[in-house]
Amino acid sequence: MKTIKTLLVVAVFVVATAFTVSSTKGGYKVGDAAMDFKLENVDGTMVSLADFKDAKGFIVVFTCNTCPYSVAYEDRIIALDKKYKSKGYPVIAINPNDPAAAIGDDMKSMKLRAQEKGFTFPYLFDEGQTVYPVYGATRTPHVYILQKKGGKNIVEYIGAIDNNSRRPSEVTERYAEDVIDALLAGKKPSKTYTRAIGCTIKTTMKTPQPE
Amino acid sequence: MRKLSLLLLISFLLFSCQKEQEDIPSLSYQELKPILNKEDNKTYIINFWATWCAPCVKELPYFEKMNKEYADKNVEVILVSLDFPDKKEKKLLPFVDKNNIQSKVLLLDDPNEQFWIGDISDKWSGALPATLIFNKNKREFYEKSFDYNELESAVKPFIE
Repeated sequence: MKTIKTLLVVAVFVVATAFTVSSTKGGYKVGDAAMDFKLENVDGTMVSLADFKDAKGFIVVFTCNTCPYSVAYEDRIIALDKKYKSKGYPVIAINPNDPAAAIGDDMKSMKLRAQEKGFTFPYLFDEGQTVYPVYGATRTPHVYILQKKGGKNIVEYIGAIDNNSRRPSEVTERYAEDVIDALLAGKKPSKTYTRAIGCTIKTTMKTPQPE
Repeated sequence: MRKLSLLLLISFLLFSCQKEQEDIPSLSYQELKPILNKEDNKTYIINFWATWCAPCVKELPYFEKMNKEYADKNVEVILVSLDFPDKKEKKLLPFVDKNNIQSKVLLLDDPNEQFWIGDISDKWSGALPATLIFNKNKREFYEKSFDYNELESAVKPFIE
């Protein structure tokens, strides 16, 4: 009888934690070394951070085709790449969504969108959703700015691109630009974390997702 | 003459239909905040949603039903849309019209999202749907989807 009770308690605990575990925020903190990856780009090649021998760092943006916030930021992500690629900080965009949970986020649609918008940066597909959970991304768009230090890619910033997702013309704080400008000047960025505003990353692995 | 009156009638009907489609007020957070902190005798259910958010659209009928069936218990539902301001005319108004939404709909149009998400609730990551239930004595915030039974259970403690 006692074992049944214990089992029941354990079962309840497992069920309860199964839900909380899925929503706890693991992932990187500022100062951590970020993993490299090998993901398929919209041009059919496989892309890793290690391919960018001359880069000083990276603007890794988890983003997608279908989220209105991602769409609202597309032009700004292109502008970031144009401004900072030549300075050593290229944009690496990664679509973390499972197309089975987000219609329109498959590779074919990604290729189409990259072409339509004229993306100047790699737009990679997180096949099997192996990368975003390690980074701890929860949103699209969700930005990780990495700096190369001693062969590692150190996380220097996590969060939003700027402080106005809805109205690009009314942006007053350009978080991502401020961070890279500081890094390029050899300074510590003053703001290393902001709230990423956007849609939740879509997966079929969990219970119904909020947007 | 009959043709003319028919024409008049048609244009009158068209006109009155158009009038029915009320505008949705666009509020800054400063304007919305007092609504989220009313201290009258009502219990308010504030649902944050958007037309592009599928789980939000799915749960809207439950909030509509709640608004109707609990009106006599002093419960009011307010639907706060987070649609992009430039989609108000093209997406939000037609959606509200087409689905004949009866609850009050507001559009939160405020750039300072880094501030207001946390100010509405420190439990909120900003994800949709999200729901705030409050009256002058009690306040609860939920970052989750509801079905009707769950919504009823969540509101019960407020109206007892």
